[in-house]
Parts: sequence; structure tokens; C-alpha cells
Amino acid sequence: MKQLPASIWTLTVGIVVTLIAFWAGGHNGLFPEQASAQAPLVDNFFNLMFMIAVALFLLVAGTIIFFMIQFRQRPGDEGDGVPLEGDFALEAYWTLIPAVIVIVLGIYSVEVFTEMGGFAPGGGGGNHLFMSHHSHHKMKTQLVSDTDAPDASMTEEFNAEYGFGGTDQADVTVTVTGMQYAWIFNYPEQNVTAGELHIPVDKTVQLNIKAADVIHSFWVPQFRLKQDAIPGHNTELRFTATKVGDYPVVCAELCGGYHGAMRTRVYVHTQTEYDQWLAENQFAQNPDLSGAVAVHAEE
Amino acid sequence: MAQAQLPVSSELPQASGHHPTAWKWYDYFTFNVDHKLIGIQYLVFSFVFYLVGGLMAVVMRTELYTPDADVIDPNLYNALLTNHGTIMIFGWIVPAAIGGFGNFLVPLMIGARDMAFPRLNALAFWMLPPAGLLLVGSFFFGGAQAGWTSYPPLSLITANTAQSMWCLSIILAGTSSILGSVNFVVTMVKMRVPSMAWDQMPLFCWAMMATSVLALLSTPVLAIGLTLLFFDINFGTSFFKPDAGGNVIIYQHLFWFYSHPAVYLMILPIFGIMSEVIPVHARKPIFGYKAIVGSSMVICLIGLFVWVHHMFTSGTPPWMRMFFTVSTLIVAVPTGVKIFSWTATLWGGKIRYTSAMLFAIGLLIMFVVGGLSGVTLGTAPVDIHMHDTYYVVAHFHYVLFGGSVFGLYAGIYHWFPKMTGKMLNEPLGKVHFLLTLIGANITFLPMHVLGTQGMPRRVAMYDPQFTHINQICTIGAFVLAFSVIPFLVNVVWSWGWGEKASGNPWRALTLEWTTASPPIIENWHRLPVLTQGPYDYGFNGHEEAEITSSHF
Ligand code: HEM
Ligand SMILES: [Cu+2]
Ligand SMILES: [Cu+2]
Repeated sequence: MKQLPASIWTLTVGIVVTLIAFWAGGHNGLFPEQASAQAPLVDNFFNLMFMIAVALFLLVAGTIIFFMIQFRQRPGDEGDGVPLEGDFALEAYWTLIPAVIVIVLGIYSVEVFTEMGGFAPGGGGGNHLFMSHHSHHKMKTQLVSDTDAPDASMTEEFNAEYGFGGTDQADVTVTVTGMQYAWIFNYPEQNVTAGELHIPVDKTVQLNIKAADVIHSFWVPQFRLKQDAIPGHNTELRFTATKVGDYPVVCAELCGGYHGAMRTRVYVHTQTEYDQWLAENQFAQNPDLSGAVAVHAEE
Repeated sequence: MAQAQLPVSSELPQASGHHPTAWKWYDYFTFNVDHKLIGIQYLVFSFVFYLVGGLMAVVMRTELYTPDADVIDPNLYNALLTNHGTIMIFGWIVPAAIGGFGNFLVPLMIGARDMAFPRLNALAFWMLPPAGLLLVGSFFFGGAQAGWTSYPPLSLITANTAQSMWCLSIILAGTSSILGSVNFVVTMVKMRVPSMAWDQMPLFCWAMMATSVLALLSTPVLAIGLTLLFFDINFGTSFFKPDAGGNVIIYQHLFWFYSHPAVYLMILPIFGIMSEVIPVHARKPIFGYKAIVGSSMVICLIGLFVWVHHMFTSGTPPWMRMFFTVSTLIVAVPTGVKIFSWTATLWGGKIRYTSAMLFAIGLLIMFVVGGLSGVTLGTAPVDIHMHDTYYVVAHFHYVLFGGSVFGLYAGIYHWFPKMTGKMLNEPLGKVHFLLTLIGANITFLPMHVLGTQGMPRRVAMYDPQFTHINQICTIGAFVLAFSVIPFLVNVVWSWGWGEKASGNPWRALTLEWTTASPPIIENWHRLPVLTQGPYDYGFNGHEEAEITSSHF
């Protein structure tokens, strides 16, 4: 008699919780738009965890509230409850289930992290691969210095210790410097410096990140990527923007009184727009280099 | 079992005329060595600091009502932020949970007359007022600006005097907590009544054991980090100065090697309080005693191997990001075990809706939210987006506010009769509970959205697109501020004029309830003898019959 309603209840609760959890995983609307190749990976992973979390929350909070009501003290009943001290099977069961969930999430997060490019060199090992990058740099700078360009600093190699890197040559390389309370973006190959980041859509972008004074943190919420700029260490961020538009660049590490005001924007252009922007700025900032630019543009 | 090489007589010496029969008000301001008095000193001290830290939070939230820094100067905001975080941790949770409840309860629960080293105990407490004064005093020197984490180089270049005072204050508080921990471990090992085996020790004491071990292993590391920072600021060394060969990442490792375990250190005693309060008010044995003890120990161990999850976006190579993702996720398992055990304890109970019980259940629900958001943050791919945002602020307030405030109030409603001999007023307690629960959720729930959408933490001014959600949070903070009033009225009124409490108003089974309320000076005239386990509810009389018919 009593068993039947109980199992129907369990089934109904199970279905309702599952439905709500699935819905919440897909429709939580917590994130801003996705504007990088990494963003969908992060969001899908988060949504999976959010789904599990909603299901667990509903089950645990629901059980607690249900027990609170079901097992409340009835008026006049001063007795004790059922002296149940433990149940090995049950305890093993609820140690195992979270353990399995956690292991699956652990494996999945390694997977996602790899796919995002997190294991690519730069971060710790593999600096030798930067040599090719470095020599490429050299070639370009050679070209410029032939034409008596100033600024020898760009010949410095940039060995990033931490961050998201890449083995192959990126399409665009930008040096990012965080300082109280601004971001400076330098395009070493084009000898352009700007206060906002301009990049082409669907191209791999390599940010070489430095800090001039204290720790800052480069964050574009729409890209789901963040990397600290650390004085004394080089860091990097490699990504592909997938959507034309402009997005906030935020400093996420407390860097002083005006930390909250350390904001700028990243402009994701079409390739033509980007080339145009570069050319205009190159000319504006280095008019005497126009000859070199011409050579450069034609090759 | 391992009773006392230390001189503890089981009979109170009759002729010792030195002992007063009750405390006078001024005893609370003296170097008194009685563990109960010290416990209350800790509790009152920490509550005052809770009010100070809470006031700072309200000023910050008022500033955040609008996107611009128009209420206070952004440097003042940072000073408030730094001191709010520091005070809430080193002036509120740690002294209240470990110092306050630990000192008051541990000797009483194990049937000892006092802590193993009473003078050391008093010394540990009296290190805190100067620590507090240093923190508050630092406001006259601009206030430390670099957050409660005080990462160099920012902490090296802003408000040097204030930052030095901050360092000294934390080092003092840390020393105090090391002294306290030694005392707890020795007391529990050496001074249990002879009839109490390890597996009959109340779970609160087990929690204090895990906490003390953790504090002993990790606190010295923090002290080292802060000492080096202090040297860099004042004596021209350059451990953390990047332009002079120092390494700023090392500081972060030293800091988090302490401060991550520190969150368990804050929360384990509160888990202990939960394990005492729930069985009594549900009239049930705690479900899975051994699992709860074991999970405390496992948390204590794994807790030492997860600190780098605070550094995923900082100087952390990929393999570390993955190693610490996995170790962090594993901590969810023992924490889950505790939550399930408490929930299962409710099953088949006869639950009293006392204020203590309501706060305990409130903690459970807050903690489930904080724990689940913690799992998402524990994975590097997601944390890289969320780190240093309001999502993190939401997460740690669910854990720390939920954990500390709900847990400590549960403890206060439960043990107030024992501590003062007076009952607290229950209807006022329920108003207090409802206001706290509603206020906390209005304040902290929307912060998750702020974070995922793109609002960084520790900012005095923000992008106007976040205005509406911030306004909701600020209104929640006002509700929280208001929620303290019924509690204050209740404590003051009840202490003075409340209903008298019997020795055991909740009919609980742990030893602290076998003496008078408040306990006499050396706790018992004659040391108690254990006749039953701490949670043997329902094991007598007609209740026995129901066991067989129970099905889970
Ligand atoms: C009383 C209600 C509380 C309110 C309204 C509140 C509000 C806040 C606010 C607005 C911040 C600053 C966030 C930021 O700018 O990044 C903050 C930070 C913080 N709060 Fe609370 N808080 C409360 C209680 C607590 C409690 C009880 C604890 C711990 C036991 C706590 C621990 C912290 C910590 C550790 C920080 C970080 C400080 C830092 O980033 O350096 N808060 N809180
Ligand atoms: Cu910054
Ligand atoms: Cu900043």
C-alpha cells in the first residue's frame, strides 16, 4: 500500500528535477555573448556543471525541507526520534556518487582546457618553440632596421612563462602592457601603439602581456579569457575572435585606487577594416616610415 | 583512556578559597585563565568586530549603489575593502568559532576542568585586542589598500605604514591561533575524562582537532610570507620586488598555502557546531559519526593540496592548473558526505523549530549553494573567466557568510543558556533568522550574475550596465544590517531579564549539559562519568520498538 505512492512520488520528483535542471543548463543566460573560439567551450562546460548543480540543489534542499516538514515535532510529543546511527551501504553510496561526478568533471575539464589551447607552449615548457617565432620577429625587424627605424626594443624575444600560448605562428601579435590605470597595445611588427585593442576576426591573435608597475589582469568577458600581467614575468594569451564588434577590456586584479576605472575596449574588425586601421595608424604614428610601410605592404 | 599526566583532581578541592563563585563584570577585562571566561571574551570581542566589519560592508555597498565613486573616495573604498575582509576573517570567524566556542566548549565536552595550559590560553586571547587596534589604527595612516590578500608589488607601494600595521596585526593573530591550537590538541589528547574513548568524543571536539592540526601546519607559512613582506616594506630587502630580482609569485604561493586551508580552518569548527545542534533539536543520533570524523580529517589533508586554484590566472603552468583542478574537485566529496549526514539525521526525527535549529538548516541551504558554485570555480577553464569577479564574491559569501553567520548564530542560540544561565527569546530569534536569510540571499545571489556578465571585484566604480543588479545587492545589505537589531535586543534583554535556564534545557546528552548553567568555576564538583554516547537519542524505553519497523 505504502510502497506504490512512494515510488510514483520518487519517479515524478526525478522527472521534474531532471527537466528543470536541463532547462536551467540551457537557458541560464548567465553569460554575455560568445565572441571567441574559446567561449563556447567554457560555456558548454559551465552549463553542464550548472545543470548538475541545479539538480543536486533541488534534491538536497528539497529533501531538507521535506524532512523538516515531515518530521517536525507534533504538539505534545516530547519523545525522541528513531535511533538510527548510520547505514554503511547508504554512506558508501553517497560518497561514491559525488566521487564519480567529480572524476568525470575532472577529466572533462582537462579535455576542455586542452581544446582551449591551454597546454600549448608558453605556459611553462616548450619555450624552444618560441625560437621560430623569435626568428620570425627578427626577420621583420631586420627589415625595418634596414630602413633605419628606431625602437630596438622589438628585437627582444618574448619568452612567456605562463598563459595560453600556441606553437605555430599567430596571425597577429600584440604586446600588451598593463600600467596604473591603462592598457597599452603595441603592434611591434607595424610599430603602432594604441590605447584600445584592434584585431581581425577569425585570425589567431597572440597577446604578449607585461606589467609596468603592479599586477593587472587582462580580461575580456566575451572571450572568457583572462591572464594576469605580472611584473617580472612575461605572460601570454592566444585566442581567435569569432564575432565582429567591440567588447570591454577589464582589469580584474586590484591595482590601486582607480582599478575599477581601468577599462578599455577591444575592436574586432573584418580583415579589410583591420588593415585600414593599421595603415592609418602606422602612417599617423610614424610618418617618416612611410617608405618601409610601402615595402612591407607589398611583400 | 589517556587521562592526564597533568594534575587534574576529580574532586574539587574544598579548601581553595581563591575561587570566586561567579564572575564580576570587570573579570571580563582581566587576564583571567578560566576557559569559559576566555571563551566569552573571544565571543564578545569577535562580535564587536563583526559589527565593525559589517559597518564597513554597508558603506561599501552604499558606494556601489551607483556606478561612479561618488559616495567615498576610491582609495578609502580599498581601505574599507581590505579591512572588511581582514576583520571578518581574523576578527570574526576565527576568534568566534575557534577561540570562542572552542574554549568554552572543549573542556566542558570532554569533562576537563580547564584547558591544558590556561595561562597560554589567556595569552592567546590577549594578543587579539592589540591586533584589532593595529588594524583599526591603520585607518589613521591611510588604511592598507591592497585587499586582504595584499599581493605585492601593490602592497609594497601603497600606504606603507598602514600596510606594515596590517602585517603585524595578522602576524599577531596568527601567533595567537598557533598558541590556541597547541592548547586544543594537548587538551583533547591528555584531559578527556577516563571514561571517554576517542569514538565517544563529541564531533565538535573532533572538528577542533582537525582545525588545530591544520592551523599548526599552515599558519607558520603565512607568518613567513607576511614577515618577508614587512621586511620588503621597511628594511629594504627585495624578496617580492620585481625590479630588484624579487618574485611576486612566491608571495602568492606562501599566502595561499595558508589562506586556502584557512577557509577550512574557519569552517570546520562551524561544521562541528552543526553536528552538535542538529541531533539535539531533531532528537536523533547523528547519522554517520565515523563518516563525519573521517571527512574532517580528509578535508584537513586535501585542503593542504588545493591552494593553487586561487592562482589559475596568475603565474601557474598548465600542468599545475590541471593538478589543482582535480585536487580541488576532490574536496567536494568529503564536504558532500557531511551535508548528506546532516540531512539524513533529520530523517525520522522529531524536529523542534528552535532558532538554533533554523539557523543550522539555513546554513545547510546556504552552504549547498556555496559548495556547488565552488565546484564550478574549482575547474581551471571556468575559473579563468570567473576569477576575481563578483561570481567569486558571491561564492565566498555563501560559504563564509552562510557558514560563519548562520553557524555561529546557531551555536549562540544553542549554548547561550549554558553560557549565561538565561534563555534567549525564541520569537525574536525567529524574526532574526528570517531577516538574515532573506537579507543574505538578496545581497549575495544576484552577485553571481554580476560576475559572469563581466563585473570585476574590488572596484569602487563599475560599468553602468550593472547598476540595477548592484542596487538589489545594496538593498539586501541594508536588510542584513537591520537584521542584527533583533539579535542585539534579544541578547541584552535576555541576559539581563530573560527566563532562567536549567542545567539542560534542550535535554542534550553531551557533558557540558551535566553541570550548572552557567557552569561553576571548575566546571563540576565531581567529574562526570560517561554513561552513554554523545548522541544516543531514542535508545531508551518505548522508542526502542520503532527501530525494527524503520525503513530508509
Ligand atoms: C554582513 C554582510 C556582508 C556584506 C554586505 C559584505 C559585502 C562585501 C563587499 C561589498 C565586499 C567587497 C567586494 C569587492 O569590492 O570585491 C566584500 C568583500 C569581502 N568579504 Fe564581505 N560582506 C559581508 C559579510 C562578510 C562576512 C561574514 C565575511 C567572512 C566571514 C566576509 C568576507 C569578505 C572577504 C574575505 C572579502 C574580500 C576582501 C578582499 O577582496 O580583500 N564578508 N564583502
Ligand atoms: Cu589594472
Ligand atoms: Cu586593476
